[in-house]
Amino acid sequence: MSLALIAALPFLGALLPGLMLRAGRNACATATGAVTLLALLGLLSHLPAVLRGEVVQARFEWLPMLGLNANFFLDGLGFMFAGLILGIGLLIIIYARFYLYKSDPMDQFYTYLLLFQGAMVGIVLSDNILLLLIFWELTSLSSFLLIGYWKHLPEGRQGARMALTVTGMGGLALIGGMLILGNIAGSYDLTVILENREAIQQSDLYVPALLLILLGAFTKSAQFPFHFWLPHAMAAPTPVSAYLHSATMVKAGLFLMARLWPVLSGTDLWFYLVAGAGLITMTLGAVIALFKDDLKGLLAFSTVSHLGLITMLLGMGTEIAAVVAVFHIINHATFKAALFMTAGIVDHEAKTRDIKRLGGLRFLMPVTFVIGTIAAFSMAGLPPFNGFLSKEMMLHEAAHTSTLFMVMATIAATFSVAYSLRFVFHVFFGPKRDDYPAKPHDPGFGMWAAPALLVVLVVLIGLFPKTMVGSLVATVSKAVTQTDELPYYSLALWHGVNAALIMSIIAVATGAVLLLLHKGLDRAWIAAPRPEAKEIFDALIGAITRFFSWFTDLLHDGAMSRYLAIFTAACVVIVAGAFFSADYLQGTRPMLPITNASIIGFVLIMVPTIALAFLHRNRYLSLVLMGVVGLILSVGFAYLSAPDLALTQLSVEVVTVILLLLALYFLPKETPKESSPARRTRDAVIGAGAGLGIGALMYALLRREPDNIGWYFLENSYTGGGGNNVVNVILVDFRGFDTFGEIIVLGIAGISIFAMVAALMRSAGGKRLREMAKDQVKIGDRHPLMMVVATRAVLPIAIVVGAFIFLRGHSEPGGGFIAGLVVAVAVLMQYMASGLEWAQARQRVAYHGMIAVGILTAAATGIASWFFGYPFLKSTFGYVTIPPLSKFELASAMAFDVGVFLTVLGAVMLALAELSRMGVAADPDQPVNTDPMDIVTDGGAIRSATKDS
Amino acid sequence: MTHFMVLPLIITAVMAPTLLLVRGQLVIQRTLSVATTALLVVICAMLMAQAATGEVTVYKMGNWDAPFGIVMVMDRLSALMITLTALLALGVLIYSIGTKWDERGAHFHPLYQFQLFGLFGAMMTGDIFNLFVFFEVLLIASYGLMVHGGGRLRTRAGVQYIIYNLAGSTLFVFSLATIYAVFGTLNMADMAAKAATLPPEDAALVRTAGAMVLLVFAVKGALLPLHFWLPNTYTHAPAPVAALFAIMTKVGAYAILRVFTLIFGPSLALTGTLFSDLLMPAALITTVIGMVGVMAGGSLARVASFAAVGSMGTLFIAIAPFTEGATVAALYYLIHSTLAAGALFLVIDMVQARRGTCALDLRAPIAQSGLVAALFFAAAIATTGLPPLSGFIGKLFVLDALRDHALAVWVWGVVLVTSLVAVVGFSQAGSIVFWKAHAVKADSTPAAPATGVALAGVGGLLALIVLMTIVAGPLTDYLTDTAAQLYAPEGYIGAVLGAEE
Repeated sequence: MSLALIAALPFLGALLPGLMLRAGRNACATATGAVTLLALLGLLSHLPAVLRGEVVQARFEWLPMLGLNANFFLDGLGFMFAGLILGIGLLIIIYARFYLYKSDPMDQFYTYLLLFQGAMVGIVLSDNILLLLIFWELTSLSSFLLIGYWKHLPEGRQGARMALTVTGMGGLALIGGMLILGNIAGSYDLTVILENREAIQQSDLYVPALLLILLGAFTKSAQFPFHFWLPHAMAAPTPVSAYLHSATMVKAGLFLMARLWPVLSGTDLWFYLVAGAGLITMTLGAVIALFKDDLKGLLAFSTVSHLGLITMLLGMGTEIAAVVAVFHIINHATFKAALFMTAGIVDHEAKTRDIKRLGGLRFLMPVTFVIGTIAAFSMAGLPPFNGFLSKEMMLHEAAHTSTLFMVMATIAATFSVAYSLRFVFHVFFGPKRDDYPAKPHDPGFGMWAAPALLVVLVVLIGLFPKTMVGSLVATVSKAVTQTDELPYYSLALWHGVNAALIMSIIAVATGAVLLLLHKGLDRAWIAAPRPEAKEIFDALIGAITRFFSWFTDLLHDGAMSRYLAIFTAACVVIVAGAFFSADYLQGTRPMLPITNASIIGFVLIMVPTIALAFLHRNRYLSLVLMGVVGLILSVGFAYLSAPDLALTQLSVEVVTVILLLLALYFLPKETPKESSPARRTRDAVIGAGAGLGIGALMYALLRREPDNIGWYFLENSYTGGGGNNVVNVILVDFRGFDTFGEIIVLGIAGISIFAMVAALMRSAGGKRLREMAKDQVKIGDRHPLMMVVATRAVLPIAIVVGAFIFLRGHSEPGGGFIAGLVVAVAVLMQYMASGLEWAQARQRVAYHGMIAVGILTAAATGIASWFFGYPFLKSTFGYVTIPPLSKFELASAMAFDVGVFLTVLGAVMLALAELSRMGVAADPDQPVNTDPMDIVTDGGAIRSATKDS
Repeated sequence: MTHFMVLPLIITAVMAPTLLLVRGQLVIQRTLSVATTALLVVICAMLMAQAATGEVTVYKMGNWDAPFGIVMVMDRLSALMITLTALLALGVLIYSIGTKWDERGAHFHPLYQFQLFGLFGAMMTGDIFNLFVFFEVLLIASYGLMVHGGGRLRTRAGVQYIIYNLAGSTLFVFSLATIYAVFGTLNMADMAAKAATLPPEDAALVRTAGAMVLLVFAVKGALLPLHFWLPNTYTHAPAPVAALFAIMTKVGAYAILRVFTLIFGPSLALTGTLFSDLLMPAALITTVIGMVGVMAGGSLARVASFAAVGSMGTLFIAIAPFTEGATVAALYYLIHSTLAAGALFLVIDMVQARRGTCALDLRAPIAQSGLVAALFFAAAIATTGLPPLSGFIGKLFVLDALRDHALAVWVWGVVLVTSLVAVVGFSQAGSIVFWKAHAVKADSTPAAPATGVALAGVGGLLALIVLMTIVAGPLTDYLTDTAAQLYAPEGYIGAVLGAEE
């Protein structure tokens, strides 16, 4: 079976549990098991090749540019790990079928489990290290789901998050390390990297690469000081613990160290870091394990200790130590999985895992007792079980490394014996109790079958190591060390009396004594102050979260004034910085003479602007001041020979001021005082900086001799665009598309205002509006007769003016935009004079529709040119004579301008109508004029001025 | 000249007012809206296929030659951007209809098409003033969408959004004045041609112009310290609109990529590495601030908003060096983060709809908890850049492309550490909403809102993320060509100005 398929099978299979659960829990478990079994069989099909020392490969191109490819390879090391993952995985699936409670969603469990299994298989089969990283992070994610499976338990959630945080951190470090490693080797393929030992170890980047990779491996494999997450992951259901902490997740770090052993090991740094961390972890874990009352807690720290042991062996950097590490990986997986399952059985049946509440179970649960005892003795390193063999070899290596290693290893072994014996004696021996939370008894066969099979292996490997695993260990060790010849070693129970045996005997004897003294030691341990990793971790994460939260809120305090101050300051600093970073030569264009008119103009612009800074709190006054500035600006345009702009500016000014005036009705007369003097000073400095900066920039720009494409428009306006008014031809022809965009902006603004007001009226804001209007001072006569009459008279005139401005647009100042505004002002005044309802009643065209038709007209004009084989918005013009008029020009741009006209008119009127609607809502009781000449009497009744009634 | 190229613009410009005419007839509006957007996906994809050949297509509006008239230009980058926009828009639109978001206020569908018009225009135009016009179109349309449905917080956030962006627009006008005074033209290709001929004493003004447009685009791209409009806007905008906004920030990124490869390119002696040097520190800080905000929590929407800031930072990290390799990484990450942010906001809306709030407080489990949790998990994985989704590949790309950069250590450190911060932030948020909830007894399980159509929208976006992970190889081939085209702007300039000869 292809390696890719083996890795993919669990992922594909992850879809099955959800589907099969409908057919029952057995079907669900069977389907899951079948997937794993299939993958396992696929793996075993490669066994002969692997034992021959061949490397099986499967390669698929994925992302060659990055060097990320779906390349898999299988050698001894990969085979061993994949075998453990799938083999023990299969046993776990069987075990979990009987372990999970009825209320537990089994499909989720198996789905997560298969995802995790796939990720693990992926890690050990990956040839490409980027692919390996993907699987690596996937194990973090899927284990997060598994550990948090019992989501109602706080321990589960916290444990899951802690595991994700710690292993996630390691994973990210590993990304860095692997990328560096790949860069040194020039390839992200392991098979290539493994051949580049020289290059890697001599590279300057060896140290950072090593540190980052080890951070990844240590966090995953719970090496000191990152060991603390593992015990908290025990909140997961026991099958998960048994799987993650015996054969898989935590072994991933070991796998990585073993995989990269040929290229990374052998340096002093490697030795001190890896062997050192391993040594500390091994001893520390063993000591703590003795004082854990939770069965799974004990096993968790025991796991930490054994992982330390293997890490230490890998760290030693000798080939023989690597062999021992390989051997112990197999042994540890078998007995530890069995022990976790035993603990699960006890928990499941007695409803407690607290050793202090257990004891005497050997009579009540004989089968469990036998299984647990054999596995625990193996963990203790007692003969004739497999744990003894690898422990002896480990002690041998430690004894030959240094005295420190010898002493520490003996201490670790001693505590191993003590906690293993405690597992057996405090749980199964002692008097039978009558206060178990539930009546314990052996579970059904389904639940003890899996651990039973494992202890059979424990015994068989212990008794016949060479037959059982001899060739496997050799093959794997060759793969780890990447050598063809291994140094001499012997897998056997008896090696004669040597240092290791003596250390073992000391350990067993002392361990037994420790267990006898356990009560007293335990009291001392509990009394002794010791750092509680979870509390530190929680406090740290909590503090960081609070700090981040405080910082984020501080930075984003929601104050618009501050945001804008930062914006302006940043712009000034960066733009000024850019300007002063390079050469500048002032332009040579002569200055214009200063005329009286220009002085007056500048004063009229500057005085209101400065006044605005001081008087802006009064909204009405601000509006007047802004109106003045706008007006002077229009005059300025006219003065600088831009009558079109002047007209536009003027009409825009009028419309906006009127609309703003109407809007002011809904706002308080004054803005609240918010700024402190300090802040005002700050804003003044920033504002002055920005203003002076812009002034300086404009000065610099205007002193340049103009050299631009403007000449083209002057030359081609009449011949190409058919108009004398260059500005208008630019607007509707040369850059007609800009205008098209701008009328759309106007149209959107109109309908957005409509949508906003509609939402406002429905919401609480509408209610506030009605409340507020009661306090407003109202004028005596809402619709003064004079105004009504005047506006009525103006309306037709304004419309004629609008038409005139529109028509002359192409050759003289004017055009659709201005015409639209002029007509809008005229209609607007009808609203002001006679009120919304009066005006609405006479309005036959919906403004939404007017906007839509306007945009569509403009678009249609543009599209029309397609039919003449020209691009969008290509204009054309010709001369027509309709008697009795003289010959006049007709340009297609005029149709476009109609669109502009309609959109402008529609948008302005829609905005106005909405404001009026709000006004009516704010004062719903106001009388409505039905006739133009109606006047409101003092009593609020309406009296018609024309019909004397 | 074929008109096919401008169809995305014409179709949206015609469809938006048409939808306005049929206001009040929701069924017709929905049908037209979806059909149009689906059609746009097809057209954009065809344009992308055409651009993939390396051909730069130019469309002269009003038949005026560049640089005098306005041109639309379709190269690989533009085609990619509009296709991405159309895809995101379709998913979000379907979701909005499925959840009846479009009924909650007036004119959703016309505004939506107007928004697309603005986006397409900004991504296609070859004229910098026209770019300004389209910035206005998409700003005003997005404002209309942003306050869709109303509400106190939303309206307030909307005001801040528009004021801040109008400040940006003002700066844009100043920069256009500078550009026209210095370059004497507004056509980008023409500017590029002129830039090479400007004398050294113009360097200061050229740099000023560049810095100003960089700031303008940085506002759109939410780059620190000009990002302040984003968190509140995204948090309080209607979720589908926030999802669509995922592409809005990318317009800023697109504009920077376009203008700072074409006009102020890395080979322009007058500006040197100034813009790269400005951009990189800002990008690094943006990433940090964004991810810090993710961990700060508050509500799911706020978490997602800051994640959007953070991802923009990462994107700008990849843009900043202005090298071909890094740009490939940037483009891949750009596509990814657009889809991921879109999906994330939609999933958060599903939470909000079932829970009444997306604040990170303790409430009973929501209806369809498992389904929504799974979607959230997927979207969070994508957003934080964990495998197996494209975010991880994107980050690998960025790290790999910047390994020789002067600030490589900083880049690696920031990208990796902030990823962890984001992972912690998302796991905390998700744990409260989806796990801790199970500790609370519900009085009664609230009914689940209709899901079928809405789910298709979310699922579609997530499926695209999966797809871009699987076909990463062919996709990066296109992106590699795109980057190559960007850094050899002669083709673009020739296609635009060639008509003169």
